[in-house]
Amino acid sequence: MSILAYNGGCVVAMRGKDCVAIATDHRFGVQAQTISTDFKKVFHIAPRMFLGLTGLQTDILTVRDRLMFRKNLYETRENREMCPKPFSAMLSSFLYEHRFGPYFIEPVVAGLDPKTLEPFICNMDLIGCPNAPDDFVVAGTCAEQLYGMCETLWKPDLEPDQLFEVIAQSMMNAFDRDAMSGWGATVYIIEKDKITERTLKTRMD
Amino acid sequence: MIFPFSAPKAPPSQLPDVHGTRCGFSFVNCRRNAELMARGFEPPKAVRTGTSIVGIICQDGVILGADTRATEGPIVSDKNCSKIHHLQDHIYCCGAGTAADTEMMTLMTSSELDLHQLNTGRQVPVVCASMLLRRTLFRYQGHIGAALVMGGVDRTGPQIYCIYPCGSNDKIPYAAMGSGTLAAMSVLEHSWRPDLNREQGKQLVREAISAGVFNDLGSGSNIDLCVITRRGAEYLRTDTIASEKGERLGKYGIKPNTTLVTSMSVLSLEVTDERTYGVGLFPSQSTVEVDQQREPQQTEEADNLSAGSQNKAP
Repeated sequence: MSILAYNGGCVVAMRGKDCVAIATDHRFGVQAQTISTDFKKVFHIAPRMFLGLTGLQTDILTVRDRLMFRKNLYETRENREMCPKPFSAMLSSFLYEHRFGPYFIEPVVAGLDPKTLEPFICNMDLIGCPNAPDDFVVAGTCAEQLYGMCETLWKPDLEPDQLFEVIAQSMMNAFDRDAMSGWGATVYIIEKDKITERTLKTRMD
Repeated sequence: MIFPFSAPKAPPSQLPDVHGTRCGFSFVNCRRNAELMARGFEPPKAVRTGTSIVGIICQDGVILGADTRATEGPIVSDKNCSKIHHLQDHIYCCGAGTAADTEMMTLMTSSELDLHQLNTGRQVPVVCASMLLRRTLFRYQGHIGAALVMGGVDRTGPQIYCIYPCGSNDKIPYAAMGSGTLAAMSVLEHSWRPDLNREQGKQLVREAISAGVFNDLGSGSNIDLCVITRRGAEYLRTDTIASEKGERLGKYGIKPNTTLVTSMSVLSLEVTDERTYGVGLFPSQSTVEVDQQREPQQTEEADNLSAGSQNKAP
């Protein structure tokens, strides 16, 4: 078994029209044993930016803390809010720094640029190869299923409400076929003036 | 990562070794990871650009070509990634192999070349870029999995270098790299001539890459081209779409309120306070100006801030 599938979990982010959505499941397990069902793998790191991390639990928490440290240094030094693009460049170089002893995580960044309000999504592999497409990004143990669902349901210029339905359905139907993820899900829709957090009713097995 | 042309050896830093403040690779996780692997966990796969990349010399200059597929094992992880990297305005580099390695190698070499150009005050020769890449790759003994085709035009004329992950290189008139090498090279071997003009050259590169796209599973999607001549470079992103995705006839619309929501909370992001600070070049000259304020309560704080900076001034 891959070490990335030790704790399970998945994250998906999608671009909409002037908005982005990011969704996470709630499971934290150790191989087949479920330990907790309220671990959200998505962290709110700036007013309009979220970071999702899947993979090994210990590394998720470590990477989150180390990135927050670097981000806070940047914001103190520059006296301005960090935008999603520089943040993912920082994340990428952080992960590549550990090229020969990587953190076992797959990150997803979703947010709006604070100035232009341009939607931005990005994911990376565990050594920081950035990938910023204009549709959707996925990460986690059910990445294959998520790719399939998102390819089918996503279309350009989705409004926030439609985007919510698309990302929620993609997520729920993808992790129904994955034993390692599930047990509840949360969807965040980031718009220019508000962030809507919705907890979904899902199967709990 | 230390490059050959970095600044002369700096005196040992007096700063404490705070994680993340020093550059270079970090090996903190190596031991833990080795132990995990020894317990039978598979090492995870990094994204690879199982690629077809091609570079040829033609009459006017050089032409580079690449497909745009990135894979993670059998999964296509990026359908339209960019594999032709800018090193200098007259040097471009195609990368195959581990995607992060090619990306970071070219990024770092590009900045080293910029520094070199500023130090010497003249255009960087192509051989210099090749040397930088080879030295770094050789130092890491093939562990940085970047297979590169670099092309450029300088005062010695157009050149194509084929650089292998171990640090060896070929300087040849036409080169192909990546998993689609065989397919692409068969096309090049068949039709490359030294007297190809620009359009013929572009067509040949297109054909070589599409041979890779259709015969090699690691290559796919679109074809990117980059033409470099003495007059400059022309980067043609998505020059050709090798294979068109069909139009979907049906629509999968999801009705509103299909998904059951157990709880919902809205965090509104209203702008409560916006300020612009003007900062002088030198700390002694710094002044803090408050341009815009929307909340009256913030006035006091802002006043304190500007008072604080005045106190600092000698």
